[in-house]
Amino acid sequence: MKILGQLDGQMNGICNAIRNCEWDPKVMLTNLSIMEEKIHQLQDLVHLIVGRRTEAVKGSEELAAQQQQLINADLTSIIVQLISTAGSLLPSAKNTFSSGNPLGSQLGQPGGIGYPSGSSITGNNNVNKVEDHSNQIDLIGNNVEEHDQKDEEEVDEGEHLPPGSYEILQLEKEEILAPHTHFCLICGKGFKRDANLRMHMRGHGDEYKTPAALAKPHKEMCSEAPLIKRYSCPYIGCKRNKDHKKFQPLKTILCVKNHYKRTHCDKSYTCSRCNTKKFSVIADLKTHEKHCGRDKWLCSCGTTFSRKDKLFGHITLFQGHTPAIPLDENKGMVDLSDHGEGNEAPSKVAQTDFDFSSNDFQNILDGKGIANDDTRIFSPLDFDTGSLGGFSDFPRPPFEDSASSLSFLISDACNYPRETGRSSISNNLG
Amino acid sequence: MKRQRASPESNLDFFGSVSEELVFLILDHLQDSPFDSKSFSLVCKSFHKLESLHRKTLKPLHSKHLPKILNRYPCITDLDLSLCPRITDESLMGIALIYKKMLRSINLSRSKSFTHLGLSSLVKNCSSLVDIDLSNAEDLKDSSLAALAEAKNLERLCLARCKLITDIGIGCVAVGCRNLRFLSLRWCLGVGDLGVGLIAVKCKEMQSLDLSYLPITEKCLQQVVKLEHLEHLVLEGCIAIDDDSLADLQLGFKAIKNLNISSCENVSHVGLKSLIIEPLQQLNLAYGSPVTLALAKSLQKCSTLQSVKLDGCQITPCGLKAIGNWCASLKELSLSKCMGVTDEGLSSIVTTHKDIRKLDITCCRKITHRSIVQITNSCSSLTSFRMESCTLVPRESFVLIGQRCHFLEELDLTDNEVDDEGLKSISRCSKLSSLKLGICLNITDYGLSHIGMSCSKLTELDLYRCAAITDKGILAISDGCSNLRMINIAYCNDITDISLISMSKCSKMHTFESRGCPLITSLGLAALAVGCKQLTKLDLKKCYRIDDLGMVPLAHFCQNLRQINLSYSSVTDVGLLTLASLSCLQSLTILHVKGLTPSRLSAALLACGGLTKVKLHASINSLLPLPFFRYLEARGCSFQWRDKEFQAELDPKCWKLVRDDTE
Repeated sequence: MKILGQLDGQMNGICNAIRNCEWDPKVMLTNLSIMEEKIHQLQDLVHLIVGRRTEAVKGSEELAAQQQQLINADLTSIIVQLISTAGSLLPSAKNTFSSGNPLGSQLGQPGGIGYPSGSSITGNNNVNKVEDHSNQIDLIGNNVEEHDQKDEEEVDEGEHLPPGSYEILQLEKEEILAPHTHFCLICGKGFKRDANLRMHMRGHGDEYKTPAALAKPHKEMCSEAPLIKRYSCPYIGCKRNKDHKKFQPLKTILCVKNHYKRTHCDKSYTCSRCNTKKFSVIADLKTHEKHCGRDKWLCSCGTTFSRKDKLFGHITLFQGHTPAIPLDENKGMVDLSDHGEGNEAPSKVAQTDFDFSSNDFQNILDGKGIANDDTRIFSPLDFDTGSLGGFSDFPRPPFEDSASSLSFLISDACNYPRETGRSSISNNLG
Repeated sequence: MKRQRASPESNLDFFGSVSEELVFLILDHLQDSPFDSKSFSLVCKSFHKLESLHRKTLKPLHSKHLPKILNRYPCITDLDLSLCPRITDESLMGIALIYKKMLRSINLSRSKSFTHLGLSSLVKNCSSLVDIDLSNAEDLKDSSLAALAEAKNLERLCLARCKLITDIGIGCVAVGCRNLRFLSLRWCLGVGDLGVGLIAVKCKEMQSLDLSYLPITEKCLQQVVKLEHLEHLVLEGCIAIDDDSLADLQLGFKAIKNLNISSCENVSHVGLKSLIIEPLQQLNLAYGSPVTLALAKSLQKCSTLQSVKLDGCQITPCGLKAIGNWCASLKELSLSKCMGVTDEGLSSIVTTHKDIRKLDITCCRKITHRSIVQITNSCSSLTSFRMESCTLVPRESFVLIGQRCHFLEELDLTDNEVDDEGLKSISRCSKLSSLKLGICLNITDYGLSHIGMSCSKLTELDLYRCAAITDKGILAISDGCSNLRMINIAYCNDITDISLISMSKCSKMHTFESRGCPLITSLGLAALAVGCKQLTKLDLKKCYRIDDLGMVPLAHFCQNLRQINLSYSSVTDVGLLTLASLSCLQSLTILHVKGLTPSRLSAALLACGGLTKVKLHASINSLLPLPFFRYLEARGCSFQWRDKEFQAELDPKCWKLVRDDTE
């Protein structure tokens, strides 16, 4: 008995270790050897009892009952130990154990610590069942809140529910795309109004027909649901579809909606700032718009970055890549050269005695006898290369834009020498 | 004559024996005066052509002449457009198409009105460009730098005060111009760690980097420190750099020779430790943290150190003494405006650093005769000595300077007690080229005439408010110092036309300041103008008797005049109109000039096509139409309006008293 008591102490230590630590093979080994020892001792004890029974058959029934109890308790503790050791291997089970009931209380009712907690419970312990389900509901509730912020596909990566331990629901495409906010937790049908949902719930059973259930939604109502709900995407061939070999279920209806829209629908929301990025979920568009525009950092290779330091890191890494000037600044520069300057300098200067008319250059060029080549300075062709060439590597603004600015420039250049220049220049252009 | 012109062969015969190359060799020696090559080219057509072909550098005086000039000189490699305020895209395109691969450097530091289109055309056509100066282009944007990045051979790029450019533009340059060796980003406030960091990563050949006043931190210094060829680094006024950021730079700069960390208040000896390493020769710590014992000790081991500037720093006595224990032998030390420089500390420095060539103790007001004795004793090889406003230094000290420092070339004695005996002694310094005697009220013609007799190499003489100086002293100077290029006789009341007439012998004169000389007249000015044709800067403020008559010879002979101050003079708008023939006149100050009519003033301003700066009294602003000013501003001229009262001149003798009171 003494030895057993010591071992009990060790067992408690094991449980604590499991609760606190990540899975460790060494710990596992020691645990197993302790359990082995304990089983051996229990074996010895049973041998002893068997021996005594054969020796003295007239042993009192009281003693037999005591012995049975003792063995029972030891067996239970071994089972608990085994389960918890195995449980440490399953990541999602950790929470259950760490937040679960203390070991002592569990000893009395071995069924209560079954895994997975909710689904494996059978009808024996009614009291326990209710508690467990309320926990489960809370869990789901938390998840829904999380999904409002995060992507469903990232969050449920870690979940590995054994197949069959949950109920799979598959909504129809029309249901998914309908602008609903209230969903039946039993069948997944969506509704625009909560009242309509409650009316719908009546079809699922008499318990939903009471005035109380119709008046306001209670958590207890849903707690009656026997299984965890997971959702399947109706798109055949999708990894989220239940017929897929490596089926990965979706956790909530919101996840289904977002997943379906993102993956299987047209991206109909276009960012009004950049006019390039498209989204199918409006929340995604809003998130993008927060970062779009001003702080959009562009590389000559076409890659965009949300942060300037990321762009510079990229440029540092890759030979030949260079920062690209934001489109609006380019536009601004072109604007400056036709409107900005036009506002003050050329108009007035040219009217009086503009000291540097292009006509003078024309004379030089003629004088040098290279007019054939260099009159291109005033031809549309050269303006084209002059303004575009510098940015040939960069994504250009829509062509109409640059074309109009160029035409403006050309006309500007032609108009420059107001009185005398026009004829000679237009000759060159012609 | 007509026949000769018709047959150029006869001309060729005449110079046929002299090959083009030989003429070029001769022309190489004509660089001293701009007039020589002009005279040469005026001889005949072939000379004109030869001179045109020979010229490699060009600094046009006015953008008006640009097309003609570019046509005349086809072999220009270095183009300096700093006198042309308005350079448009068309101008740049024209330059690009004429010079193509010939052009190696272009200076646009004072020019405006061009955009990325012009620059793009320039760098595309002129693929040999190695040097571009775009300083002061305050409206230059990143797109211009993106255009500039096409200049693959660029080695020098100056972008000082281009305040609109950002990391993105600098990033383009960093990626495009891999051969950059010299880059100035001074005052480019839009450039930060990322841009500078990328420059350091991509331009491995970088030798000189000016990062003054940039909002940079240790993040980019981590990259900069890895530049293996970096010799010259300026971090002036980078206030975000502190000891902690420098402490991370464990490696240190491998090739650094010249380091400027002035005005970085957050850098103390702790941070300096990681910067001060062996190849360092010049260090500037001006206006930084106090020079304590610890700071001085941190420099102790650096044996290559030659020049240290501590201007404006607070210096503790221990710190000053510790400088004397450095293992390097300094050649240059500047303690200008340092608080706490004492006789004791200075003496201990100069006794160990005997090799000092340049010493600056401007405004070290505590030092006395003792210091000067030590300095003159130890540092006999001194070539430059600046000691403005060392008020406790007595007269006899200056005699010592003349006796012992024979190699002096530059001497600044402004606002000191030096007297004629001192000047007589200083006149032994026959190599003296710059002498500043402003506000030395004890000197007279006697002392100055000794200078004139012995210091024939003098090029710069400052006699500002030396009230006792008269024509006699100036005559001695003009007789002895024919190389004089700059003279200031402001507020020397007794100076008359005789001085100006004698000054006309100094044909190299380019700066003449005679502010507040009431006796000089247009007659003297006319003589000066005829003699000193290279005059570029002329200050005639408060020369009440200067009138329109003086302007005529000035406009005729001094074609290089760039800056003139005519405030309080008797010049009228007629005189101003005469000045319009000075094509390179840039700066004009005319405050309190009576007899200006708005119409003629505007005519004069219009006629002076090269004006970039005009100072006028505020009352004129309302007399002329606003579009008129707009037009001139579009041409590149800026107006400064002054609203000062008409000031009567103080008695020169009492001027110093007034100044002392206000101190």
